[in-house]
Amino acid sequence: MQRILIANRGEIALRIIGTCHDMGIETIAVYSEADRDMPFVKAATKAVCIGEPPVNKSYLQVEKIIAAAKEENVDAVHPGYGFVSENSDFARRIIEAGILFIGPDPETIELMGDKIVSRQTMEKAGVPVVPGSGHGLKTIEEACALAGTIGYPVMLKASGGGGGIGMVLCEDEQALVKSYASTKSRAKTYFGSDEVFIEKYIASARHVEVQVFGDSCGNIVHLFERDCSIQRRHQKVVEESPSPFLSDSVRQKMFQTAIKAAKAVKYKNAGTIEFIVDENENFYFLEMNTRLQVEHPVTEAISGLDLVKWQILVAQGEPLPLLQPEIHSSGHAIEFRLYAEDPVRFLPSPGKITALKWGEEAGVRIDSGYEEGGTVTPFYDPMIAKCIVHGATREESLAKAEAFFKNTHIEGIKTNAPLFLTILANVDFKNGNYTTSFLTKKLVN
Amino acid sequence: MMKEITASMAGTVLNVFVAEGDQIHSGQEVLMLESMKMEIPIESGIEGVVKEVKANIGDFVNEGDVLIVLV
Repeated sequence: MQRILIANRGEIALRIIGTCHDMGIETIAVYSEADRDMPFVKAATKAVCIGEPPVNKSYLQVEKIIAAAKEENVDAVHPGYGFVSENSDFARRIIEAGILFIGPDPETIELMGDKIVSRQTMEKAGVPVVPGSGHGLKTIEEACALAGTIGYPVMLKASGGGGGIGMVLCEDEQALVKSYASTKSRAKTYFGSDEVFIEKYIASARHVEVQVFGDSCGNIVHLFERDCSIQRRHQKVVEESPSPFLSDSVRQKMFQTAIKAAKAVKYKNAGTIEFIVDENENFYFLEMNTRLQVEHPVTEAISGLDLVKWQILVAQGEPLPLLQPEIHSSGHAIEFRLYAEDPVRFLPSPGKITALKWGEEAGVRIDSGYEEGGTVTPFYDPMIAKCIVHGATREESLAKAEAFFKNTHIEGIKTNAPLFLTILANVDFKNGNYTTSFLTKKLVN
Repeated sequence: MMKEITASMAGTVLNVFVAEGDQIHSGQEVLMLESMKMEIPIESGIEGVVKEVKANIGDFVNEGDVLIVLV
């Protein structure tokens, strides 16, 4: 492996470049005109401009990315997360061009990308799924009949959806009727398919996921869990491991279930099995992310491993560097996603970062996509950095995080950093007593 | 008197909910912007009749750009 093209931007592109350079691998960055001055463009061995700022003219331009990969004669492509990372056609085209795709097989991406098919696959493998339709709904009558059987409230979801887009909570039949057509048409616009299904809405839910890793020799291991229940608009804000909520017996059961799920699809490379957990610790398969996760540094902090390095080794056909008995979790880690947004109304706040001074706490890893003086443009995700704190205990990492954010100063744009201090000062959060509605319900008043 | 509805932030026009000649009330959602992967509804702060829709679906607009002109 001599040269890798990174089909992404911002902090994750920088993160991948870091590991590649450590391994003596050259990197090719691709970037849009809006990202010309971004740190990842400067950090790469070489950078290629692939188009105008909007994502559909640059980072989603499969043809241009493939052309750059061929032109630059790369050995592999790392897709990061988002953008083309879960586009099975992209993966297939890369492989057909004789280039390694750093991720699972295109067939696995395709299977897991369809929420209905993946649900059926998991059910067949004996993995618990949320009670629901399990297939696409044909009519509103069918939707209402089924929702009546399952019991309200229900979630109406787009089969092709993910990342919180394309799902609506329906409290009763009236709400379901009202949302049905608009959810379908939205799904068509966003995901190219208007197929929708319904699932029982789990109240007081927690979102816990398990990191898994597979190789082409058939080995599959888990790398522990991440509790991602602190969310806004169904998007994660804070993630931690171990989960402060799960009991040890359920945790072990969840790991075994995740491995069973990964084995059912002969999973290769890094993947994440997301579970929704109810207040009685019953857990159900939600979806599988067939890529490196934004919050992977939490796992790296507790395991001491470099997941990007593992991804590259496995993509080359090598076996997993460690097997289950050799993988250990140490201490507690928590990640905070710093967004360029108003901390109260959660609205985006693009602009120039005129000051960026991080706290100087030891044991804090900062994966930032931006530097002081950089500009956050309105074209992409508002996340500007991830701050990952590792401590011997949860108490220690929360204290470190608090000291870190108290001494972090950002000017020019609004960020959600003040929200982190509010979360860290909250008694329920300190006690690990929080669900996915924490940010919307607990902190608003 | 000419009245204008402007973009509250930079973004791409995702949807326009009104057309020329529509009567609009204050607080009505008239347009949906997408900025940083988020949907940002634009509400009219005033009432009036739509004289011109200046923004088309897919257009990129900057903060302060005129989206809709009312009379």
